Amino acid sequence: MYAAEFDYVRASSIEEAISLKAENDDSSLLAGGHSLIPAMKLRLSTPQKLIDISGLDQLKKISKNGSHISIGSLCTHKQCAESEIIQSNCPALSDAASVIGDPHVRTKGTIGGALAHSDPQADYPGATLALNATFVAKGPSGERTIEVDDYFIGLWETALGEGELLTEIRIAINSMNANSCYVKFPQPASRYPYVGCGVSLSSNNGTCSDIRVGFSGVGEWAFRDSGVESTLKGQPLNDSTIASAADKAAEGKTVLNDHFVSEEYRRAMSKVYAKRAMMQLS
Amino acid sequence: MKISMKVNGVDYENDIEPRTLLVQYLRETLDLTGTNIGCDTSQCGACTIHVNGEAVKSCTMLAVQADGATITTIEGLANDGELHPVQKAFCENHGLQCGYCTPGMIMASVDMLKNNPNPTEEEIRHGLEGNFCRCTGYHNIVKSVKAAAVSMKGGA
Ligand SMILES: Cc1cc2nc3c(=O)[nH]c(=O)nc-3n(C[C@H](O)[C@H](O)[C@H](O)COP(=O)(O)OP(=O)(O)OC[C@H]3O[C@@H](n4cnc5c(N)ncnc54)[C@H](O)[C@@H]3O)c2cc1C
Ligand code: FES
Ligand code: FES
Repeated sequence: MYAAEFDYVRASSIEEAISLKAENDDSSLLAGGHSLIPAMKLRLSTPQKLIDISGLDQLKKISKNGSHISIGSLCTHKQCAESEIIQSNCPALSDAASVIGDPHVRTKGTIGGALAHSDPQADYPGATLALNATFVAKGPSGERTIEVDDYFIGLWETALGEGELLTEIRIAINSMNANSCYVKFPQPASRYPYVGCGVSLSSNNGTCSDIRVGFSGVGEWAFRDSGVESTLKGQPLNDSTIASAADKAAEGKTVLNDHFVSEEYRRAMSKVYAKRAMMQLS
Repeated sequence: MKISMKVNGVDYENDIEPRTLLVQYLRETLDLTGTNIGCDTSQCGACTIHVNGEAVKSCTMLAVQADGATITTIEGLANDGELHPVQKAFCENHGLQCGYCTPGMIMASVDMLKNNPNPTEEEIRHGLEGNFCRCTGYHNIVKSVKAAAVSMKGGA
């Protein structure tokens, strides 16, 4: 046997999942299982109880909801990659979803699972930072929203409370989000990003009027890069202004260093990928 | 915990521990050892099968999650002893050497061709990103999938 013993229960509603979680200290929600099950197989994670939420069909929809797009947390990476609504209103998100792992991972893994898990080497964090996303969480004390800028707060750590379920990801419908992209330098075997860069950009008569840049894979957790943003904002969009802005990538940030990619190389690649993303949008 | 599922057209019902992986259930409980286990990290794809018509890694799913599902493994691909066109193409194009990755490669390829019956070489390589082969260098695997796509155009 790979995983340690545990009890398994299927939640039949969001409310039931929340109360099961509250009643069981050492329990984990199970969505697509593509981060949790590998961790349980290696016994890095040994929950006593698994609460399977993968049958909650109300969390599997992508829709336009007035001023924003609403993405249910159980939408798979495949759904997010192929959604016409996402492709036309916030392409950075479909770009990110389409390069996660491999086709089999994208069939099972969910956007909510990935954002709750918040692997430092994950793709959605960089994209959702660029898109100024809002997360909807439900817990024992009701529903609340969390802005993406307040969401990624540490290594494997998010603003999501222990008993909370991430139910929805909201992305505003506007021209800046429609002009967005996500590019990535993947680990060749696992395909997790060494550098993932999401950018959304708006321009007025060839001048950059606003820009958001999000990085994942680079630091211990995903971050917005205000250095790149402020260097390009207000400038005419051309090769040289973009190159100067890209040159600020990850400046002043703590950058990961591992036996595949050194800190120095990651910094260099952050500049390269930031430049590619901005060039693609200008 | 009691589960039931249809595997290669046969109905099964068993009482299993929740921690049983789907691949273990197939191999150890149902004795369907065609589905291989090649890694502990969900990366190699040797365990690829179809659950409700979609290719997934059966080492990264619990058997209890497949309760009620319809499953196809490599053993269920041939039709009345007649090999599936993708199986034939792998034989004819030397798409395997040791054969360890082959069941997963074939299950992944069948799913890919269902969604994209006429893939380019690049699309084949991307479509098989979740399946590792340590022998062939992939060249003849890609060739096999291309050949299968051509032979299946008759509506196989
Ligand atoms: C081979 C392989 C390659 C991969 N490559 C990449 C890659 O390139 N880029 C990338 O970003 N990711 C990658 N992943 C991870 C993948 O994207 C996972 O699907 C994702 O990280 C977790 O989503 P899940 O639905 O599978 O969640 P699960 O594994 O089911 O859950 C993960 C964690 O989140 C919690 N959780 C799940 N859903 C919710 C919810 N709605 N509310 C609150 N908590 C919740 C669970 O309790 C658990 O702690 C890869 C995975 C594998 C196996
Ligand atoms: S055994 Fe390697 S991915 Fe399943
Ligand atoms: S043929 Fe040996 S691993 Fe692919």
